Amino acid sequence: MNTTRRTVLKGATASGVLAGLIAAGALRPTQVMAAEWNKTAFEAKDTAGALKGLGAAAPAESKDLILKVPDIAENGAVVPVDVISNIPKTTSIAIMVDKNPQPLCAQFDFANGALAEASARLKMGQTSLVKAVAKADGKFYTTQKEVKVTVGGCGG
Amino acid sequence: MADPMKIRAQLKGDVAEIRILMGHPMETGQRKDAAGATVPAHFIQSMTVDVAGKRVIDGQIGTSVSRNPVFGFKMKGAKAGDKVVVNWVDNKGEKRSDEAAVA
Repeated sequence: MNTTRRTVLKGATASGVLAGLIAAGALRPTQVMAAEWNKTAFEAKDTAGALKGLGAAAPAESKDLILKVPDIAENGAVVPVDVISNIPKTTSIAIMVDKNPQPLCAQFDFANGALAEASARLKMGQTSLVKAVAKADGKFYTTQKEVKVTVGGCGG
Repeated sequence: MADPMKIRAQLKGDVAEIRILMGHPMETGQRKDAAGATVPAHFIQSMTVDVAGKRVIDGQIGTSVSRNPVFGFKMKGAKAGDKVVVNWVDNKGEKRSDEAAVA
């Protein structure tokens, strides 16, 4: 993790200034927002936009990335998800729900002995593919699974 | 002030399992209340986990995470008694920090 850049960013840029610069397109979010909340990726309306925001436009399919989700979720408000990456040098994992209004759910960076594994509970508006994206050694890998939702968790 | 987090860090062999429950409404900004007015978005944007003074997890979270989020992580190299500090910040700037010890 680039701690120096983080400190500089936090200290020197009021978030308003930062947001302004990004809105003006003066700074590429993938470079600037490493430590700050990745607005571009999280507010993207589709997975393609979210992937782009993460800097992972075309991740490769990988069988070493394991996504554990239920086949059928009775309650879309709470869908348990477990992602395990067996790809060496995995530094980051992101989770997306394809058909949610804002697909990107969460992104975790691992350091200092953390295993490349994360679990969370997601909201799902409707039956959709759930995607996991892992970053390992500078490359991106992905895997996906469909979860059938019987009661939506969004808009209720 | 938000509710305290529930943090559990348990050693299983040489791997510590960290589970965190955060009390947060996680409003998406898409939901409407009974009167038809949109409920403004209110959700956790970032969270971090530090164990024994070292940053282990640096996470960013969007609106698709469920209400009262639960997260689970695993790490190697933790010892019993190590301090686990979890922080979160939401989109309104509210924050919360709680700690527990590896058991």
